[in-house]
Amino acid sequence: MSVTIEQVERIAHLAKLTFSQEEKEKFTAQFNQILEYVETLNTLDLSGVEPMHHVWEVTNVFREDVEQPSLSTDETLANAPNRKMDYFSVPKVIG
Amino acid sequence: MSWETIIGLEIHVQLATATKAFCGCANRYGDEPNTNVCPVCLGLPGALPVANRKAVELGLRLALALGCTIHERSIWARKNYFYPDLPKGYQISQFDRPLATGGVLPVRLKDGTLKNVGITRLHLEEDAGKSFHGEGDDGASYIDLNRCGVPLAEIVSEPDLRSPEEAWAYMKALRRLVVQLGVCDGNLEEGNLRCDANLSVRKIGETGFRTRREIKNLNSFKFLRQALEYERDHQIAVYEGGGTIEQATLLFDSARGETFVMRSKEEAHDYRYFPEPDLPPLLVVDACVAHTRGALPELPWQMHARFVEQYGLSDYDAGVLTDNAALAAYFEQVAALGDAKQAANWVTGDLAALLKERALEIEQCPIAPASLAEMIKLIEQGTISGKIAKDVLTAMANGEGSPALIVAQKGLRQISDEGALAVLIDETLAESPEQLAQFRAGKDKLFGYFVGQVMKKTQGQANPQEVNRLLREKLNG
Repeated sequence: MSVTIEQVERIAHLAKLTFSQEEKEKFTAQFNQILEYVETLNTLDLSGVEPMHHVWEVTNVFREDVEQPSLSTDETLANAPNRKMDYFSVPKVIG
Repeated sequence: MSWETIIGLEIHVQLATATKAFCGCANRYGDEPNTNVCPVCLGLPGALPVANRKAVELGLRLALALGCTIHERSIWARKNYFYPDLPKGYQISQFDRPLATGGVLPVRLKDGTLKNVGITRLHLEEDAGKSFHGEGDDGASYIDLNRCGVPLAEIVSEPDLRSPEEAWAYMKALRRLVVQLGVCDGNLEEGNLRCDANLSVRKIGETGFRTRREIKNLNSFKFLRQALEYERDHQIAVYEGGGTIEQATLLFDSARGETFVMRSKEEAHDYRYFPEPDLPPLLVVDACVAHTRGALPELPWQMHARFVEQYGLSDYDAGVLTDNAALAAYFEQVAALGDAKQAANWVTGDLAALLKERALEIEQCPIAPASLAEMIKLIEQGTISGKIAKDVLTAMANGEGSPALIVAQKGLRQISDEGALAVLIDETLAESPEQLAQFRAGKDKLFGYFVGQVMKKTQGQANPQEVNRLLREKLNG
C-alpha cells in the first residue's frame, strides 16, 4: 500500500485543512511510514479471526432514560467564537 | 417507450425517549435554544457517551415489528463529517454491523392491494443540531444544539417503490406503525420523521438500475410526492433528450416545486466510518428479542386484516378505520354493541363529516360510542329512518341528550303505522290528480314523486319502505 500526494490532499480537503506543498510531501512520506509499520500485521495468518472492535469484552453499558441537568445556556455558549442571542453564530452554511 | 420509476427511501425516525441517545439532556421539541445541551452534546474533551437503554429498546421494538433479523451483536460507528450543527465532527451511528437487517413493511396502495416493501436495514444513530440560515440581520447561520444527540432509528427500504404515490403510501404506513408502537410521536411538523429519497428511472423491461439521485430532507408527505414527481419527470426528459444522469445529492425547493443539486458526485462525502471506541457493542440476547416480540401490540396491517375478517368490512372501510388508532378503537366500541357494517358506515361517513366540519379529532368526539350504537339500534328497530338519524346525530353532537331522548322530545319517531300512512297516501293522490292521470297513462317515473310527497308531508318521518309498499299496493291494486 502506498499513499499518494493526491490522497493526502483529499484527506486534507475532508478535514477542511490547507497545507503547503512542502507539508503535503512530508505527510505523504509519514503516512507511508505508518502504513508500512502496520503492514507488519499482514505477515500473520489471520484467516478466521473476527475483527476486534473493542479491547475489552464489555457489552450493553446503558444509562436509564432519566433526565439530568444540562448546562446553562451561557455555559453552553461560553466557547462560541460568535454568539447571537442564545444561538451559536457561524458563517453562513447551506447544504 | 414507457419508463419505470425506481424509488428507495431512508427514513429517520426520532425515538420518543425522555432524554437524548447518549446523555441525560432532555429530548424535547420547542424548548428555548441551547438549553438542553451538556458536554457530551458539545463534544467537549473528556466527555463520554453512555447509551440510553430506552432508545435501544424502542429501536428493537420497531425492528421486530418490521420483521427484521436482529443481530445479536451490533457495533456503534463514527460517521465523520464537518458541519456546524455537529460539534464532535462525527455522528455516532451504526455502519457495517447494524442492529437489524432484512424486514418487510406491508403497504396498502391506493387501489386497495397490499404491497410488501422490503426493508434493507434498521440502525440506531443520533440526530444533529438545527441550523437557521440567514434569518438574522447579519447573514450568518445560527445553531441550536437542543436536537443534537436525540436518538434516531434510520430505516432504509429496498428500491421496491415504483411511483411517488407508492413512496407516499410507504411513508404513511411507516408513520402509522411507529405511532402504533409508541416508538415515535409521528409529528412531521416537529421533524419527528425525515426522509431522504433515492430515485432512478429505467425503460420497462430493463433489469439493471440506472444512476440514481438522492433528494435530502423531505419532511412532509406533500413535498415527498412533489419532489419525486418532479425528479422522475426531469430524469425521463433528460434521457429522452439524449442526455445522461450524473449521480448527485439534491435538495427540494418547495416554493418552486423543483429539485436542485446540492453536491455533485465529485463533492460526495467520504465519511471514513470506524468503530466508536467510546461505546461498547450492543448485545441483544434471544430472550430479550422474544420478550420484546411478545410485547408487540397488534400491528396496523394485522388490525386491517382482522377488521375485514371479523366485521366483514371492505378493504376500503378497513383502511379508513385502521389508518388512525383512535378511530379504530372508537369503531370497535360502536361495533361491539350492534351491527358492525352500520357502525363502519356511520363512523366513516356522517360522523367523520361532522368531526371534519367542526375541526375535531376523534379523541374529542362529542358523541360517545355507546350513544352512536344506540342510534344505530333505533334505525334497525324502525324507530327512526336513516335520514332522520342524521338530524339525531347532529343533535347528539350538540349535547341534546341520548338518541332516544332526542327522538322523543323532537317527535322524530318514524311513522310506520299502516293506517296512518294509508290516510297520507290517499291525501297525496287526491291532491295530485294530474300526476296520477299521467302515472296511469304509463309514466312510471312518477311513483317516486308520490313517495317524495308523502315524505314531505311528514317532514321525513314516514317509514320509506312502508310508504313504498303501501303506495305500490294502492296504485297496482
